[in-house]
Amino acid sequence: MSRTVIDEGRCKGCLLCTTVCPVDIIRQSSRMNPQGYKVVEVIPELSDKCTGCTACAQMCPDLAIVVWRSCKEKEGS
Amino acid sequence: MSETIAFERTPSVADVPTHYCPGCQHGVAHRLAAEYLDGQGLAEKTLLVTSVGCSVLLYNYLNFDAVEAPHGRAPAVATGLKRTNPDKVVFTYQGDGDLASIGMAEIMHAANRGERITVLFVNNTVYGMTGGQTAPTTMVGQKTTTSPAGRCASTEGMPLRMAEIMAALPGVAFSARVALDSVKHLAKARKAIRHAFEAQLKDGGLGFVEILATCPTNWKMTSVQANERISKELIPYFPLGVFKDLKTPGAC
Amino acid sequence: MEGGRIFVKGNEAVAMGAIDAGLKGYFGYPITPQNEIPEYMSKHLPKAGGAFVQAESEVAAVNMVLGAAASGARAMTSSSSPGISLMQESISYMAGSEIPCVIVNMMRGGPGLGDINTAQGDYFQSTRGGGHGDYRTPCLAPSTCQEAYDMTREAFEWAFKYRTPTLVVGDGILGQMKEPLVRRVPCPPGPDEGSDWRLGGPPALPGRPRRALRSLYLNEGELAQVNLRLRDKYRAMQAEARADQFLTEDAELVVVAFGSIGRIVKSAIRKLRARGHKIGLFRPITLFPFPDLALRDLAYGGRRFLTIEHNLGQMVDDVRLAVRGLADSDFYGALSGTIPTPDEFEAAMEQAITGGSR
Repeated sequence: MSRTVIDEGRCKGCLLCTTVCPVDIIRQSSRMNPQGYKVVEVIPELSDKCTGCTACAQMCPDLAIVVWRSCKEKEGS
Repeated sequence: MSETIAFERTPSVADVPTHYCPGCQHGVAHRLAAEYLDGQGLAEKTLLVTSVGCSVLLYNYLNFDAVEAPHGRAPAVATGLKRTNPDKVVFTYQGDGDLASIGMAEIMHAANRGERITVLFVNNTVYGMTGGQTAPTTMVGQKTTTSPAGRCASTEGMPLRMAEIMAALPGVAFSARVALDSVKHLAKARKAIRHAFEAQLKDGGLGFVEILATCPTNWKMTSVQANERISKELIPYFPLGVFKDLKTPGAC
Repeated sequence: MEGGRIFVKGNEAVAMGAIDAGLKGYFGYPITPQNEIPEYMSKHLPKAGGAFVQAESEVAAVNMVLGAAASGARAMTSSSSPGISLMQESISYMAGSEIPCVIVNMMRGGPGLGDINTAQGDYFQSTRGGGHGDYRTPCLAPSTCQEAYDMTREAFEWAFKYRTPTLVVGDGILGQMKEPLVRRVPCPPGPDEGSDWRLGGPPALPGRPRRALRSLYLNEGELAQVNLRLRDKYRAMQAEARADQFLTEDAELVVVAFGSIGRIVKSAIRKLRARGHKIGLFRPITLFPFPDLALRDLAYGGRRFLTIEHNLGQMVDDVRLAVRGLADSDFYGALSGTIPTPDEFEAAMEQAITGGSR
């Protein structure tokens, strides 16, 4: 299962990432960062739905998102 | 279960916050350029010419050697750089005022001469840095601080379509218009940027990419609304696509 | 051909001097009376391994120079007064970014489109930092074909020693007159010139911090630091101010004149000396930094001064500043559209010697 990590210090709350997530697991949170922006978050109970497609990170103008993609384990590898 | 990085910052983008407004797509545009150059191992050979506008601090955001050009003059500065350093990869990054207004002579003549440079032209239909005045690319009816009643075609002309104008010049090897408003369009933008740099690398001529981008602040919209304006209002007038893609190297 | 004398125009001498100094890029635009410079460059610079571009305007030309020079290449442009006006923004940028280059101005009549005759109306523009902001540019003033060649070469030394745009200021007479010239041994720069600041210099060290040549300093206190550093640089240049002095040791009247006017003044002085008048010539070579100390030394001896220029009063301000408290300077301005003759200067000098002023 892949995961999306949001750097809340860099997020400017523009919400462009929320427009492209194919599984709709990113939303605006209720938290403000020190710059006064209301940052986004991955909906915690849906985080395992992340496909690692990187659409959110590609749309982000601020490089506030890092995406990890999981590889299935193989025997003997 | 092991995992790999699927997306992270490419080395030529500096690890610093930018001054750009929330939802401004300058951050995407310059990142795409850096991703291409890093992917090709060209960062050490790259020389960037910055311009005047919201992107004036670009040399703080990209880890390339850079020189600041006076307003509009980046294509001339790039000409001097490339003519004396033909082995380097030289590109300019300009907004709609810098390139299509004060810098119109410089881009037309650099393009006409077929300078082996790459030009990234960010079109957000307004002058951002100076507070939202009319640009040559402002749309008819669009209200700005110097067109408070909305741009009027009979007194201010129609918005300039630079990608098409560039394509008409023989010295331009590649000209395209792209947008950053969707993942699909981002993929095409990446491809266009690659071809625009290859125009230089293959000694073909000038490589030009017009990038439609948001300016939520001066469009007086939210970022999401501004992103939607790209497809709803801009693309119908500024069509996306490749307008020129020469396969043969430049003459002379 | 080292040692051999050739017969060329001043414009050609400028171009030859630049090429012999290792010029790597010439970017220019046609304007009377300096067109032999781009024409010579178009023919000879590519053969010498440099790049030639006829730009679409003087604005574009000087910015091409900025780009080439940012990479440490020896680059130059040339123009005449109206074109030099167009270049002022970029010169200001290069001064602020500390980018070295050479800009040659063959002055013509102004203001505006003026005429195509010789003039010296750009002295203020050349010596006060002709564009916006608090800067200066070293400015050399040749008066012969040989000086045009030598001082263009020297201009590159000033430019790279001080990391500054450097002007060579001539006029229509100098540009168009043919005289003998001896070209000297070419001395292009070494490969390390500018290696501590230029962009992309070979080899770009992996991991070396990236360089940005710029003049925008928005953070508090930053621009002040830059301006103080520039000020100190201009002060340091003062040590290299120089002038040519002709018969000043026993002179009662010192004529101050530069460029071609200095030569015409010399002819007039010779005639008046033959009639027993004790007149000398102080000819600034560096208009900036102005050789004020050497001039002031002459003022201590009780001498009188007459400034003669091909304008209606520019360098005379610097002369009066230099001799303040000790002496004043009379002034004679040759009019636009003429090539002044020694006769008219003789009359002015005689008037100055007898105490009348103009």
